[in-house]
Amino acid sequence: MAAAHNGLVLESVRRLGSVTLFLLRLLGQCLPALGRPRLVVHQIYNSGARSLIIIMLSGLFVGMVLGLQGYDLLQRFGSVEALGTAAALGLLKELGPVITALLFAGRAGTALTSEIGLMRATDQLTAMEIMAVDPLRYVAAPRFLGGVIAMPLLAAIFSVVGLFGAQLIGVQLMGVDKGVFWSQMQGSVELHNVIEGVVKSLVFGTACSLIAVHEGYNAAPTAEGVALATTRTVVASSVMTLLLDYVLTAAFL
Amino acid sequence: MRGVDYAVGGRPIFSGLDLQARRGRITAIMGPSGTGKTTLLRLVTAQIAADRGEVRVFGHDLATLSGRDIYGLRRRMGMLFQNGALLTDLSVFENVAFPLREHTDLPEELIRTVVLTKLQSVGLRGAAALMPAELSGGMARRVALARAIVMDPEVLIYDEPFVGLDPISLGVILRLIKQMNVVLGITSIVVSHDVRELASIADDSYLLSGGKVAAAGAPAQLKASDSPAVRQFMDGSPEGPVAFHYPAPDYAGQLLATED
Repeated sequence: MAAAHNGLVLESVRRLGSVTLFLLRLLGQCLPALGRPRLVVHQIYNSGARSLIIIMLSGLFVGMVLGLQGYDLLQRFGSVEALGTAAALGLLKELGPVITALLFAGRAGTALTSEIGLMRATDQLTAMEIMAVDPLRYVAAPRFLGGVIAMPLLAAIFSVVGLFGAQLIGVQLMGVDKGVFWSQMQGSVELHNVIEGVVKSLVFGTACSLIAVHEGYNAAPTAEGVALATTRTVVASSVMTLLLDYVLTAAFL
Repeated sequence: MRGVDYAVGGRPIFSGLDLQARRGRITAIMGPSGTGKTTLLRLVTAQIAADRGEVRVFGHDLATLSGRDIYGLRRRMGMLFQNGALLTDLSVFENVAFPLREHTDLPEELIRTVVLTKLQSVGLRGAAALMPAELSGGMARRVALARAIVMDPEVLIYDEPFVGLDPISLGVILRLIKQMNVVLGITSIVVSHDVRELASIADDSYLLSGGKVAAAGAPAQLKASDSPAVRQFMDGSPEGPVAFHYPAPDYAGQLLATED
């Protein structure tokens, strides 16, 4: 039992060390990778633009639920005019970054991991090394940067569509005054609230992309290895996002 | 390579391996499956380091080189992988152009000319616009060969170039290997277990067995060897010093035992 615990702790520490080393090597290759903007832009398209539909659909529904729940709660205290503020703060600071990160892990993270893992399994990464091209620079860094850049953009779009959803339910359906909804929001949402959301999504973007690229890069070169790495990407990204969310929320209070 | 030892997880792959590929010649490295032929190539290309002994490439001891120097050496080598290892998201043309784009600042017209020339030499100029998924195994290997020679390497390494090819593709690859060597003067190292094919093109050959060189010399010398291990391999006989069975407990005993 104790031995099993020791093994688990040892394995976790080893993993953490491996991810940290990988991050350092990756960061070293980010600047050269930026010298090839075409590769990075392609990856922003892959991770970002291709996730747009799922992000916008989810944003709309989350906003609509927020409008409904918020209205139900606020009308008990006779303060439905605060609905705009509640929805905006909830989306900008919390739901936008977090749900976007979770969806990103499932949609883009898995694609990154399995793509890189299969490149490993079919010797493509080794072939690059033999051609004296560092796969960290050509494959890993552009994908990592693409994810880091795409995440805040996706979170922003999620929040905007979410606000539209909340407004749709609150104003159009429940009859909250349109002017009050927007002016209350304008009056009480401050710049630092927006910054909190942006910082969160940047951190989540870094964590999720790092995990996805690392798992793919170090996947065992077999079908089973790639499948396992893909699963690990989703699990680790989700848990890490929620954990970091708590830490960041506490830090911003 | 001199006195090279290499072990994976305590299991020795090579012990005291001596081997030399001479400039401008085709060196064949043969041996049964599992003798570490591919490991040997990974040592030569500095993907892994020897536990003991010396691996010299172009006169440089790989153990003393920095990562940057190793990348420098690799630019002078080309390698053909068993499955081609083409980059699946790039077209045939872009695959061959890849090393040029990464390592040179050649203008687009020149890249186009070089790539088309190399594709022509492997007979696949017409396939330039195809994606790797649309190629047959033999074609993918020829594209990979065009990519391996696009930087005009001094050494070309072939990892099992004949595996899984139909007789025509095999003949084509065989002729290409010889051509690259004769026309371009490329030093070639071919790792394979296809004895007959290799014997027809190799200048020197090594037979690996049990982590050592079991026999070395011109293919004709190996064929005439009277060592039982060499004979068994060259004749493809199941009977001989190299056992067909993986080490196992007594057969009858295991069948009759109740467990394991």
